[in-house]
Parts: sequence; structure tokens; C-alpha cells
Amino acid sequence: MTNVLLLDTGAGNRASLVRAFARLGARVDVAADPGDVAAAACVVVPGVGAFGNAVRTLRVAGYADALLDRIASDRPTVGICVGLQILCAASDESPGVSGLGVFPSMVRRFASTPRPTHYGWNRVRGFCGDGYAAFAHGYRVALDEAPSDADVAVAEFGGPFVAALRRGALIALQFHPELSGAFGLAALASALDGSAVRC
Amino acid sequence: MLTTRLIACLDVADGRVVKGTSFADLRDCGDPAELAARYEADGADEIAVLDVRATLEGRSARRAAVERVRAAVGLPLTVGGGITSIDAAAALFDAGADRVVVNSAALRRPELLTHLAERYGAQAAVLAIDARRQGQGGYEAVVRAGSRATGLDAVSWAAEGARRGAGEILLTSIDRDGTGTGYDLDLIRRVVAATGRPVIASGGAGTALDLLAALEAGADALLVAGILHRRETTIRDLKRALAARGKAIRPC
Repeated sequence: MTNVLLLDTGAGNRASLVRAFARLGARVDVAADPGDVAAAACVVVPGVGAFGNAVRTLRVAGYADALLDRIASDRPTVGICVGLQILCAASDESPGVSGLGVFPSMVRRFASTPRPTHYGWNRVRGFCGDGYAAFAHGYRVALDEAPSDADVAVAEFGGPFVAALRRGALIALQFHPELSGAFGLAALASALDGSAVRC
Repeated sequence: MLTTRLIACLDVADGRVVKGTSFADLRDCGDPAELAARYEADGADEIAVLDVRATLEGRSARRAAVERVRAAVGLPLTVGGGITSIDAAAALFDAGADRVVVNSAALRRPELLTHLAERYGAQAAVLAIDARRQGQGGYEAVVRAGSRATGLDAVSWAAEGARRGAGEILLTSIDRDGTGTGYDLDLIRRVVAATGRPVIASGGAGTALDLLAALEAGADALLVAGILHRRETTIRDLKRALAARGKAIRPC
């Protein structure tokens, strides 16, 4: 059974992720020591909470460096929602807090949209297929800020933005795959084995 | 484009889904996990589990029903009932909730909304308001599962709740609940105008035309319960009807 290691980012909907991975035949453990990060078959940085809080939690507990090492050695790693955002340079949400800088992009507040939060199901097109996914966020990477060396999937909300990124075995999803039915499960399945998404 | 959410709502009492009229005369409608799975297969965009006895019994929503529904579906799960603290909310997130709904406790302590939004994000802090129409055309907020009048204007309270951090308003018309006579459109218009927050229309859905009217009145999402439990219609048929009238929906 594949062993998925879930990093604790301070607040999260762990039960939904455990269920989603169970559907894929994987077992989820919550990380207890940064030393576990290198060996896990797949590491997940989950997605509820604020940018600054999540970055600080990972840094203080020593997970940030372990995560960066793992990404540098191209081992299967998944960032979800805020877990995508903290891989970027910085965010409007938490001025003065640096992200992990895996991607050089800036995370910005949605501009001139009808609502302050992008919450609900939206269409996603790109490397993870063409389908609908569940989102819950107020900040995003605009498409014109997307990293040039990653595959990009796109959604629209007051302009195109990054719904997902893939570089090697690293997959970062702005949507919640654990809440996105079959479409989300396909994205997680591809992350587990480091393969391209099959839809 | 963001699609219109259809939320299947499970009012739960003693581990069973119940439904009545104007919060009274509750009847058994089935098992929460079975209904949730049926509604997911049918195209529901979100499931709400509301423990309708929790506040009256002085406790938080029971975890068991939440855990069973979470195990049954891979959709966003919104949970409410008797939540009076961050710790109570944390226990429900742990059981499988993706966001929580507060009502009676938020009226006593509005800062609960602020604390929830700070910890879990505004979209995870949903304020439920049960509103009853007054003689002069206003609406009064009613708490404790519809049993206690507050004397507060429901629209003003919605605005205050939004300022305090509520990311969304779950707005139920007690008068329309369970009647199938359509959502209270006047109530929806007023709360949308007063809060600028997404509003979930609740109470009174009978046909797809009622859903359409609520969207035209400014609702972001539509809560349906009785007509699904009684198999008068399906999410699939409701979505088809909305799509035929040009609304963006997630295909199912």
C-alpha cells in the first residue's frame, strides 16, 4: 500500500484527504518528524489556512527545508490550495512573509471580481484534463504570472488564473482534489505514481 | 466560469434525516450517508449536514453523522448545529467538515465568526440566519431551531455578521420552509444588498423555476432538501432546467 505523508499546516480538512487517498488504495499518515519527508512515497501539503500561518508552521517545525530537498530530488509531492501558494514567492495575503520560492510567481488577491472569494465549482482546462473542480480561495496566481517552466492548467474568475501546476513529480493544485469527485481523484492518482494525468 | 451551486441539505436528528414544515412536524426521510451518496451520484455540488437538535439539547452537532457522510461522499461538506466555540468547530472539521455553520451562538457572541474566519478562512465560516416575516414587511431573526425570537432585524444581523467575518450567509425563510411555494425572494434581495456576501437561498424550493427566481434575486447557491428526500425531483433534473435557461452549472 502506498504511503502518503500529510504535512500539518496548522488547520486543515484532513478527513477529506484521508478518504480520497483511501479510495486510491493509499494510506495517509500525518508527519511527526521532518526526517520522514524524504522517505515517503508521496508527500502532501494540504490546503486550508492562511499563507503566512502555513509557511511559518512548516518553517518552525523544520519541514520547509525537508520539503525543498524532496522537491529538488524530484520525488512525488502534492501541494493543495494554500499548499500551492506557499510554493510561490510571496502572497498579498501575508505581506512580508516569503514563500518557499519553488515557483517565482506572486500570489495576488482576485481583482475586480463579483465576490471576494472564489468558492464553488469551476471549469479547469490543462494538463490535468478538462473538467470541473471545487475551489475555495481568495488569492491566486494570475495566468500571466505562471512559471514558464511548468505545465499549467487554467480556470477563469475575473480573468484566467492558475488552477494547477506540474513540474516533474511536483503537482500543485489550486482546487481541492479531495472534494472534486472523479476529476479530483484522477489528479491525485497521477500525483501518487508521478505519472502524467490520465483522463 | 464559476457555476451555480446546488446544495443538498440533510437536517439530522438522532442520526436520521428529517424534514418538516416551518421547522415543525419533522418526518423521517432516511439515512444521512445513503442520501448523501445518492445526491452526489445525482450531481449535488455540496452536502450540508445540520444537526437540528444540537442547540436545543445544549451540545454540538454529533460527529457520527458527519463521519458517515464524509466517508460516503467526496464533495464539499458543510456542517452545523450547536457550534459555540472554536474547539467545537475543530472537532467537526476533524470529523470531515470542510466548513461550519453557526447560528444561535454567533448571535450571542458575534466574535465567534471572526475567530472562525481567522483560523479556517472566511469561506469556511458560514452564518446561518433563520428569518421569520413580520407584519410590517420586515424580518426577524429567530434562533434555537426556530424556537426563540430575538427581536433583531434579520437583515441588520446579516450585515453585522458579514462585518464580523462570515464569508457566506445561509438564509432560511422559516415561513417557506417545507412548503414548496418558492424561496422568499424579498428576503434574499435585502440580505444580498445589505451584506455583499454570497447568499445560499433556503426554505421553499418546489420547482426549478423557484431556483431560477432565487438566482435572479441575487442568490449564489441554492439549498434543496424536501423535494429531493420525497423524490419529487432530482438534482439532475433541476440542473438540466437551470442549464436550459442559460445558467452555468456543473454538468452531472
